[in-house]
Amino acid sequence: MGAKSLFSHSMRIAQKDLHELSRNRLGLVMLIVMPLFMMLMVGFIYPSSGTTVSNLPIALVNEDSGYGNYTVASQAFVMGVQQINSQTGLMVLSNVSNVNDLKDMIQRGDLDGGIIIPSNFSACVMSGQQATIIIMTDQSNPQISTAIQSVLTSIFNQMGTMLAQLHVQMLNPAINGSNSLAIVQPYKVQTEGVVAGNSNYFDFVAPGILAMTVMMSVMTGLPAAISMEKEIGTMDGMMVAPINRLSIILGKTLGQTARGLLQGLIIMALAVGLFGVSIQGNILLVLGLLLLGVFSFVGLGVVITSFAKDQETAMMMMMTLMFPMMFLSGVFFPIQLMPWYMQDISKVLPLTYASDALRRVMVLGAGVPAIANDLIILIVFGAVMIAIAVPVFRKTMTR
Amino acid sequence: MLSDSTTLVSSDYTTESGSMIKVENLTKKFGDFVAVDDISFDVRKGEIFGLLGPNGAGKSTILRILSTLSSPTKGTAIIGGHDIVKNDTEVRKMIGIVSEKMIMYNRLTAKENLWFFGCLFGIPKDVLTKRIDELLELVQLTKWKDAQVGTFSTGMRQRVNVIRALLNMPQVLFLDEPTLGLDPQSSVEIREFIKKLNKENGTTIMITTHMMVDADLLCDRIAIVDHGKIVALDTSKNLKKLISGADTTVLKLEIANLVPKIIDSIRAIECVDAVSQEDDTHLRIIVHGDEAFDNVVDAVRAEDGKINAMENLQPTLEDVFLHITGHQVRDSADQKIPMGRHRRFEAPQGRAR
Repeated sequence: MGAKSLFSHSMRIAQKDLHELSRNRLGLVMLIVMPLFMMLMVGFIYPSSGTTVSNLPIALVNEDSGYGNYTVASQAFVMGVQQINSQTGLMVLSNVSNVNDLKDMIQRGDLDGGIIIPSNFSACVMSGQQATIIIMTDQSNPQISTAIQSVLTSIFNQMGTMLAQLHVQMLNPAINGSNSLAIVQPYKVQTEGVVAGNSNYFDFVAPGILAMTVMMSVMTGLPAAISMEKEIGTMDGMMVAPINRLSIILGKTLGQTARGLLQGLIIMALAVGLFGVSIQGNILLVLGLLLLGVFSFVGLGVVITSFAKDQETAMMMMMTLMFPMMFLSGVFFPIQLMPWYMQDISKVLPLTYASDALRRVMVLGAGVPAIANDLIILIVFGAVMIAIAVPVFRKTMTR
Repeated sequence: MLSDSTTLVSSDYTTESGSMIKVENLTKKFGDFVAVDDISFDVRKGEIFGLLGPNGAGKSTILRILSTLSSPTKGTAIIGGHDIVKNDTEVRKMIGIVSEKMIMYNRLTAKENLWFFGCLFGIPKDVLTKRIDELLELVQLTKWKDAQVGTFSTGMRQRVNVIRALLNMPQVLFLDEPTLGLDPQSSVEIREFIKKLNKENGTTIMITTHMMVDADLLCDRIAIVDHGKIVALDTSKNLKKLISGADTTVLKLEIANLVPKIIDSIRAIECVDAVSQEDDTHLRIIVHGDEAFDNVVDAVRAEDGKINAMENLQPTLEDVFLHITGHQVRDSADQKIPMGRHRRFEAPQGRAR
């Protein structure tokens, strides 16, 4: 039995699988709807263009007891905050009389946070000391809390800078506006990416989702398809034909890969069309990477297929493997921000390397040399898994 | 029956003794459970050979091993000169299998199903097209060839299932419970079809069944399988002679107040070989010797049993089975009536699936 008949039998089986799929209308619809939902979810829920935080309910507590009878400093501060807020619409500001009320309201969920001006505020300002502003946040909601912290901090810094500029000019009227800024803030920070334009969370997550969907569809589709055929008995029909049993796996894999790639293309089209993701690198390299990713997952899928007696078991085994992969492979969350032990786990997952390579190509426009490490790891992983899978499959098929 | 659209494999593969299938010390174990226990038998070329036995006796396992779907733990078999273990690809070229689970894809049409499996057998396209049309015509499904098989009735599906196994014009056809779940009408059709195939194409056919009718009407020879062993192997006629030949008689008793105690006391009689309860009032008893009638009647009367009717029956295969194994061919799982030495809850039903 030559390679030619092996290939032609595989193609026949793949073709049959796709033919079956094409008859399954609902299945086809889901094939398109699933990635669409996934894209819509991550596309719209996560901040996609800079910061979209707005209209946060935040209260001001002014406890300033003044310097003498003067509370000019805190009044000026409040006015400054209100002015900036009216320009940006970040917060819905309200006034609360004291800190305890503020805490109550945050606990009840009426407020997301508060700005507290301590009683010695004016006193410090007027006596030439540093004045403190307290930001109170809702710890039960870390994301919002972080957002508020960073937004308010930058507002207050900005206000502080303006005040300092004013002071410098007062000390020496000869200094003009831009010079005074240079004195107060000698360094100006400017951020620039490798490629032009701003990248957002969606740019980060789209390549990962692409890699994940294609590989998952092979990894779950393969065991499901094979154990299903075992269950309904059609596997016997193929097994009893005088074909190389390898062509059954190969055919099934081809069929599932085609299905996965189709989904991948839908995702890519949605990412580019709906969410403005631009693919910097070579589109063929992207497709090649997806295929390589599939290759690295096939062996794993076949091993699971061989051990699972029925479809239910196969699906459960897949789910168990899928979840850690989804969250530990840096698809949604950067690996670098994970604790070290989780980073170690993520280093053994092939999806990590596939999504990393895909991200470099899609976002940074990298070429083959830049992702050589990822490529080697994926190839080795796939080859090792297939070397394990094929004998296991052959053995369990004729139990 | 089929026009000779390819060279019908007519070269004689059979061994010198004229046997098509030669099974040698075949054993299959699933863990500790012995599904097939060191069996050997021959099937002649052109024969319809039946494996008869209750569910879980090992019939299907034997069939799966012979059709290369399962590998034996020990022993082997030669089909048409090819070893099923060493030369399985050659074996697969010359066999067809109709398994209990129907081998077809519901979302594909009858024609597409046949086309797919035909392609796997490497049949040239023009030959395959012609053969599919002929086979569909043969089982009167031409009208439905472009309908998805998921919409078919069980009888229609079984017809597709059977002709699928005939695509490669096999010399040996394995049928696993081919009439299971079919209505009487469809069963008759399938039986007729099998007979015709055997007669006109000379196909060697091996069939497993737990239906006495199938075995009786179809098979040239029958092997009675129980607990993975062949306990008897002969023609239906000769098997029946095991009973009617000697001084063995089959009795049917109707007892109005049938209680387990009565059955026990009948079973205790020396000249009674086997007892089986058919329903609430009927007993089927295999006895031997001249005194048998009297002894049975005495035993029933002694337990205050009231005999409504008593019949002397022609022995059936069922009686043969009962006589040989001491229990009935019946699905042990759905058996309601408790009977002394039955293997009712014996756990693993050896299926390699």
